[in-house]
Amino acid sequence: MKILNSDPASKTADVIVIGGGIHGCSAALHLIKRGVSVTVLEKDYVGCHASGVNAGGVRRLGREYVEVPLAQASYEYWRDIKSLVDDDCGYRVSRYLKVARSDEDMAKARQRVNDLNARGFTHEDVVDQETLRAYLPAIAPHCVGALHVDGDGSALPFQTTQAFKRRGEKLGVNFREETPVIDIKRHASNWHVETHKGTFEALTVINAAGAWGGVLAAKLGDDVPLQAHAPMLAITARMPAFATNAVIGALSGALSFKQFENGTVLIGGGVRGRALPDSNRTVLDMKGMSQFLSTACDVFPIMKRANIMRTWAGIEGYTPDNLPVISSGRAEGIVHAFGFSAHGFQLAPGVGEFVADLATGVAPRLSLDAFNVSRFQQIDRASSYI
Amino acid sequence: MSIDIIIIGAGPAGMSAAITATESGAKVLLLDDQPTPGGQIYRAIEAAGDKQATILGPEYMAGKPLAQNMRSTNIEYVADASVWQVTDEREVGYSSNGQARLVTAPAIILATGAMERPFPIKGWTLPGVMMAGAAQTMLKTSGLAAEGAIFAGCGPLLYLVAHQYLQAGVKIAAIVDTTAKANRLKALPHIPGALRRWDLLSKGQKWQSEIRKSGTRIINNVRALKVLGDTKAEGLSVNAGGTWQNIPSDHIFLHQGVVPNVNLSFAASLDHDWDEQQLCWRPKTDQWCGTSIDGVYVAGDGGGIGGGLAARASGEIAALGSLAKLGLIDTAARDSKAKTARTTLRRELSIRPFLDTWFRPSDDFRVPTDDDAIICRCEELSLKDIRDTIEIGLVGPNQLKSFCRAGMGPCQGRFCGLTVQELIAKQTNRPAADVGYYRLRPPIKPLRLEELANLQIEEDENIKF
Ligand SMILES: Cc1cc2nc3c(=O)[nH]c(=O)nc-3n(C[C@H](O)[C@H](O)[C@H](O)COP(=O)(O)OP(=O)(O)OC[C@H]3O[C@@H](n4cnc5c(N)ncnc54)[C@H](O)[C@@H]3O)c2cc1C
Repeated sequence: MKILNSDPASKTADVIVIGGGIHGCSAALHLIKRGVSVTVLEKDYVGCHASGVNAGGVRRLGREYVEVPLAQASYEYWRDIKSLVDDDCGYRVSRYLKVARSDEDMAKARQRVNDLNARGFTHEDVVDQETLRAYLPAIAPHCVGALHVDGDGSALPFQTTQAFKRRGEKLGVNFREETPVIDIKRHASNWHVETHKGTFEALTVINAAGAWGGVLAAKLGDDVPLQAHAPMLAITARMPAFATNAVIGALSGALSFKQFENGTVLIGGGVRGRALPDSNRTVLDMKGMSQFLSTACDVFPIMKRANIMRTWAGIEGYTPDNLPVISSGRAEGIVHAFGFSAHGFQLAPGVGEFVADLATGVAPRLSLDAFNVSRFQQIDRASSYI
Repeated sequence: MSIDIIIIGAGPAGMSAAITATESGAKVLLLDDQPTPGGQIYRAIEAAGDKQATILGPEYMAGKPLAQNMRSTNIEYVADASVWQVTDEREVGYSSNGQARLVTAPAIILATGAMERPFPIKGWTLPGVMMAGAAQTMLKTSGLAAEGAIFAGCGPLLYLVAHQYLQAGVKIAAIVDTTAKANRLKALPHIPGALRRWDLLSKGQKWQSEIRKSGTRIINNVRALKVLGDTKAEGLSVNAGGTWQNIPSDHIFLHQGVVPNVNLSFAASLDHDWDEQQLCWRPKTDQWCGTSIDGVYVAGDGGGIGGGLAARASGEIAALGSLAKLGLIDTAARDSKAKTARTTLRRELSIRPFLDTWFRPSDDFRVPTDDDAIICRCEELSLKDIRDTIEIGLVGPNQLKSFCRAGMGPCQGRFCGLTVQELIAKQTNRPAADVGYYRLRPPIKPLRLEELANLQIEEDENIKF
């Protein structure tokens, strides 16, 4: 990278990563390990948004079939996360359960396990009511079983994202925080990335701008109808340990539920708050939140007595099919990795490898077809024929 | 009938706002988390009799007619109502009687008052240590006083409570005054302004001399403090003029001034300014107490420390501002009705520069120097824990919070927010205003999960979807 501006602190780099979320940090780490020089430009601070405030679920369970291979690849990294980032990331391996509250739920679970087995994946299974109760004695009596994975777990999101950053920094990644990218332009064979702290130049640019990735992609000629939403979380005061051995979801009615070792319980769900990405703000919808809180009470009656201590939300980018964009761009030297649609935390260690592949012209060891940026343009074209 | 103005807090500001608004025909909902009206200054005022009058004094008793007036006016007053959120769409979430509700109104007045500034010295979290304001609350609500307590710190309230203790005939082991000598000189230029409330100054003098006459030990020029004891407070170690001495006592009351309680105003995402004179955040307000959110007003100490009479006056002003905004009075009526309140407010605030300068808490008592002094009580993080986190490059309150959980506990940062902010400022050599504050979120008070889970069925005509 050449510095066009006179900012003396800038360094040259082969690749510029836009966005210091966990995906930007992971891609940067994988690149620097291959000897590629990297500068990460982050408009706020690393882990400020979705990556630092998420529920920390490290889950393969329940993923879209096309995403399962990515989740498996990441799982391999997670198992030995310390050797990747030199930090334990607060990673805890336990079991992950999606609870069935009806026979239809159970049928759904069985169908899913069959489908997965047919695709060669055997990590998920169905457990019956007795087994579920043995794992979680506090579970409500009408929970009849669960979809289950042994070995999924959770990590501490801010600590993890910071660990990726620090490891990368140690190996030579240049992190520039409070440096929003204002524009990107092509000059000869290079990209000029403009910020108010100077213009950065590189052959390759990775768009890892999370909920803001759609705007950047559009500038680069790739249309992704990305929407920003604000998934919400609530945490309780300390409670007696009743579910520290598992992360829990529900097969119907979105729920994400985890008790930390200190006794506090983290609860999330499908209802989202308002995201205002332009001002970095989120507005909580307490009425909406009451929906997943009541699901939590339904699954664990003990939760009725819990005290909510804090709630928050993070800004996340959602694609129309809820699958991320992990793809080379239409323009040369552009790689996209954004739009993780509220399930990108677990995927980061592995996706970073594949993004580094795309940025360096190496063929990834997995197919990324389902995540290609052109899929939205194809949808548009198809619909315009009708 | 729909509500015109929701007022949060039934202290002097909230009560006088409610009375003023109702007199002009507004339908008011007054929410307060205490069982009876009065706020901090007039806590439990309705039950006060002659005994309380002698102990707590005429300033306290002045709350009685105000509370009576509030009761006799047609105000929908809900006691024991814990407000846990205010949104930018003027939606108020509160709980009472085990039910959580959402109510909206075209105007909202936040009158949530002040809280005591944290006093993070070594041992301040031990049982037996409390803030002087909390000790006063016990005196007001249940007549409880601790024999042989130590009062340590600075500010008018410290001496007020000590004086009330003596009026109640309760012995004090010592008053340990941390006011810096240098403050006096700096306060001198503010004396002319302060003379408008010379009565207050002379009252302060009177308390001091009565305390001295009572034979109570007073230690001045204190530079450092440590609470003694491992599992509970056993005394206070005091460094005055360079030498340490230990004073035994089971009860230690700390105080170094009050600051606006901004948890609700921050959570409502109002714009705030850092007040360098009072070393605290205050919501940005206009001359009618209006804030950065249309229809949301802040009155009383929650908008900046001014004391009980200033709070009453600003409550009236906020009420008049919102009445005019709602079209219930015209601007001419608003302006003329506000005249007296404005005069009072000006007079009450005239003494602040003097008081704020004289009683400015010293740097070392705001940002501790003892490595093992606890900063975040809820998560038990010491000065060293916080400093180490800043050291690795997490230089904002929210980064710190995400990383080491400072400010994440049930107190929502009330006990550590200012300390953490000033600590970061000091360690990274930045102005405190640039460092900023924790991002605060609803619920600003712990809330029963079941109440929130049942929110949707607690409907009435005021509840908005
Ligand atoms: C409440 C919540 C709970 C979640 N729970 C889970 C979970 O349990 N498990 C799971 O796997 N996933 C979860 N997720 C999803 C996960 O957090 C995200 O998918 C993931 O963190 C996305 O990472 P990212 O790096 O793409 O985005 P981000 O973390 O948003 O990072 C993008 C970064 O780009 C920066 N940026 C944007 N525009 C610019 C610009 N122009 N210039 C410079 N920088 C820019 C932003 O400031 C931001 O820091 C959750 C998300 C939320 C919000």
